[in-house]
Amino acid sequence: MSFIEKITRRSFIKKAIITAISLELAYVFINLLKKGSEADVPANLYEAGDIELFEKGKIYPFSAQRFYLSRLQDGGFMAISTKCTHLGCTVQFKNKDNKFMCPCHASAFSVNGEVLAPPATRALDLFPITIVNDKILVDTNNPQRRDKHNKSQITYA
Amino acid sequence: MNEPATQKAITRFLLHLHPPRVNSQSIKYTRTFGLGGIAALLFVLLFITGMLLRFIYVPSEKGAYDSISYLQNEVFFGQLLRNMHYWCGMLLVVVSFLHVIRVFYSQSIYNERRKNWLYGLLIMFLVIMSNFTGYLLPWDQLAYWAVTIMTNMLSYIPVIGDGLATLVRGGAEVNEGTLLRFYHFHTGLLPLLMVFTMSIHFWLVRKAKGVTVADSSKKEMVNTNPELVYKEIVVALSLILLLIAFSMLVDAPLLDKANPLESPNPSKAPWYFMGFQELLLHMHPGFGIFIVPVLVTAFLIYIPYVKGLNANVGVWFNSAVGKQVTIWSAIYAIVFTTLMIVGTEYFFKFQEWMVNLPVLITAGLVPFIIYILPTYGFILFIQKKLKAGKMEVLISLVTILLTAYLVMTIVGSLLRGEGMHLFA
Repeated sequence: MSFIEKITRRSFIKKAIITAISLELAYVFINLLKKGSEADVPANLYEAGDIELFEKGKIYPFSAQRFYLSRLQDGGFMAISTKCTHLGCTVQFKNKDNKFMCPCHASAFSVNGEVLAPPATRALDLFPITIVNDKILVDTNNPQRRDKHNKSQITYA
Repeated sequence: MNEPATQKAITRFLLHLHPPRVNSQSIKYTRTFGLGGIAALLFVLLFITGMLLRFIYVPSEKGAYDSISYLQNEVFFGQLLRNMHYWCGMLLVVVSFLHVIRVFYSQSIYNERRKNWLYGLLIMFLVIMSNFTGYLLPWDQLAYWAVTIMTNMLSYIPVIGDGLATLVRGGAEVNEGTLLRFYHFHTGLLPLLMVFTMSIHFWLVRKAKGVTVADSSKKEMVNTNPELVYKEIVVALSLILLLIAFSMLVDAPLLDKANPLESPNPSKAPWYFMGFQELLLHMHPGFGIFIVPVLVTAFLIYIPYVKGLNANVGVWFNSAVGKQVTIWSAIYAIVFTTLMIVGTEYFFKFQEWMVNLPVLITAGLVPFIIYILPTYGFILFIQKKLKAGKMEVLISLVTILLTAYLVMTIVGSLLRGEGMHLFA
């Protein structure tokens, strides 16, 4: 190991000091960039409306809040994020084909948000729904990741 | 005050960037095509036009787009100024890329030039980062979605990806904070870093005794001033003239103001990243964004350190065999990459055929191996048939990588239309 033999007491101390200072600067810089991207975002509850407003088996766009509210045939609710899980473009629901299409890389998702066509590899995120006094509240700050769709993700009144 | 040493000090300093005498072979235009010098000139032009743009531009979500349209519509020669900056920036990416290719194929990266190859790669990276951070600043639909796509690509890097993407954007989405930090990278940190690395780059060229020449036994030296300086001035002035003429005729693109609610169809990354975006259509992002780029970068860094290479320093393609190998590798890569693109687009649906396997294997490993195996076969073939040595194999590999990326860039940016479908 010739490169270990090259290290002398002096060069070791010199390198240690330079490393320590660089790490310190890097740490300060990264924390500077982190400002404003705190992990704990408080819930932002958006009131979508009364339960009766939504017909069963239909999908309602809330484009400014960036989700689609889907009422299933059995009366359950899902708030599906419009952010494509591939590279973050905004997906749109095509009534004609009954699926979500991403304009950027042609990923397609089913009504439940499951992947129909690659390149996306995971289902569309869901926003948590709480139902209070028959009103639907959607937490638009905390999208929930999921790989596949399953029944437990549906919210019932 | 009239001491001759101080009187012409600045002029002399500028001339001292060159040695007083140079080898007559090295100043033939076809030796370097002047690419390094053109890149340096473009940097200066970008610096000047960029400084002027700073007087108008407002780096905020509300002000950015309006300040650009104010610049284009109200400011005297404002459109021309923006066009100049835009086209210089784009040309700088092209010229730097060509410069990297030139030094590689003319065998100018070995022995005492090793270190400079590394600095060159670093500067290439800084050039792309500068162009990319500048891409967001107009804050139109083109800029917003290109940067959304690119920053989301980062999140596929294992373990640190999500954190890194959030760090770059300063949040979960591209927002005003992203604009502000991109602005400061673009107009502060990156140019400063480039000035330093460029100084080192130039100094290392001098330390290696100038550019490589094809026949190092002939040492016919000529005076730098005027032989080289005149050529440089001619190239510089013609380039500036062409750039101004081009900027008068062709406007830099500006779409509608950024709207996070609607992705345009299709949304594309900047053209120099379109090769990546194309790769992503065919491959799992874990491979397309992480494994493949890391392998390629490591390979490029490692090239001048490969043991047992007999480089004919300064000789294009190393030898006559090397030239043949380059041509065949390019043809192979064009044909095979096109076949792969068409194949995975229409016929191979690994994800549907092998539903039970994880996507990392069906969409990642399988296409990766399908590309690697025939390439390995091709390398064996040229070793046997063309009697390619170690250096020629290396040239072949680099040629295949470069050509494949170019093919993907062309397909991605020119042949894909609505919904990113081929020939749409």
